[in-house]
Amino acid sequence: MLAATFSFNIEKLVWVIAATICLTGSLGTVALRNTVHNALSLVATLFGVAIMFVLQQAYFLAAIQVIVYAGAIVILFLFVIMLLGIDSRDDLYPDHRPWYLPLAAVVAVSVGLMVIAAALVGVTQVTGARSQLASLKPDDDIARLGEVLFTNHVYAFEITAVLLTIAVVGAVVLVRKAGPAIDLDEFPLPEPEPEPEPEPDYDDEVDEFGDEPTVEVDDDVEAEVDAPTVEAEEVTPR
Amino acid sequence: MSQTGYLVVSALMFTIGTFGVLIRRNPLVIFMSLELMLNAVNLSFVSFSSSLDDVGGQIAVFFVLVVAAAEVVVGLGIIVAVLRRRQDATADDLSMMRG
Repeated sequence: MLAATFSFNIEKLVWVIAATICLTGSLGTVALRNTVHNALSLVATLFGVAIMFVLQQAYFLAAIQVIVYAGAIVILFLFVIMLLGIDSRDDLYPDHRPWYLPLAAVVAVSVGLMVIAAALVGVTQVTGARSQLASLKPDDDIARLGEVLFTNHVYAFEITAVLLTIAVVGAVVLVRKAGPAIDLDEFPLPEPEPEPEPEPDYDDEVDEFGDEPTVEVDDDVEAEVDAPTVEAEEVTPR
Repeated sequence: MSQTGYLVVSALMFTIGTFGVLIRRNPLVIFMSLELMLNAVNLSFVSFSSSLDDVGGQIAVFFVLVVAAAEVVVGLGIIVAVLRRRQDATADDLSMMRG
């Protein structure tokens, strides 16, 4: 009795810690400015999820989570960040569309409320027959996972091999320096600094807007006295 | 902890990931937010798996992991190919890729 209560409390404590890590890491992944910090927050989140996998007796998936995600995928992200030297000039929020941030918040929150509502309501109403052959074996989850994976899901498993091969070939083709597969002219090099614009022609502006710059007025006043009045008479009807 | 707790954490992570995909312009951070959403779904898969006593949810997580790895490889390849030409490309500039 005491042991059961104690273990429950420990589980709850670990759950609270893992949930804190997950949510803090998620917020850091989304909201931090530096891209490297984003990647490290993602690592923290993935570790939190791995802890939750362990809490639910999915030990194999927890190990895979750490090895594949934290060990391979995030390292890929960090490689790209450091290889390309992406700086943190990225503005956090798109400023040219002021309505976009509230809209994004509304969309995200409504998606989240939908999922939370489904979680709170649907848990007690799970329907369907319980599986007989695919029940979990908490002590030996790898064995059960392997049994089901290589019997019921063996075609999906084989297709996974094709998918990974295609992904590797595709990545090599994409990142190759130059090749017929990508038309690099689609992405022109950044243009050099444009030459400073020549001074605009003030005579044209007079014709266009009917407003003569003061510089030219002064010149005209100094040159000949009559000219400004004539031009003013011409311009006024417009 | 009951299943509801895991599902709520999963839903919150999914929400944060959605928000990140919507507001960020750096394609790398968008990818990270996408990974966040995939992990939220994985968490709820495992949660349902353990509450229904069915290993099918864990199989689904296994395949999601594989597909996520392939997706990250191809996606980062595309990002590298784009950013190699334009250092400051954002997600808005990727609209140039349309045919």
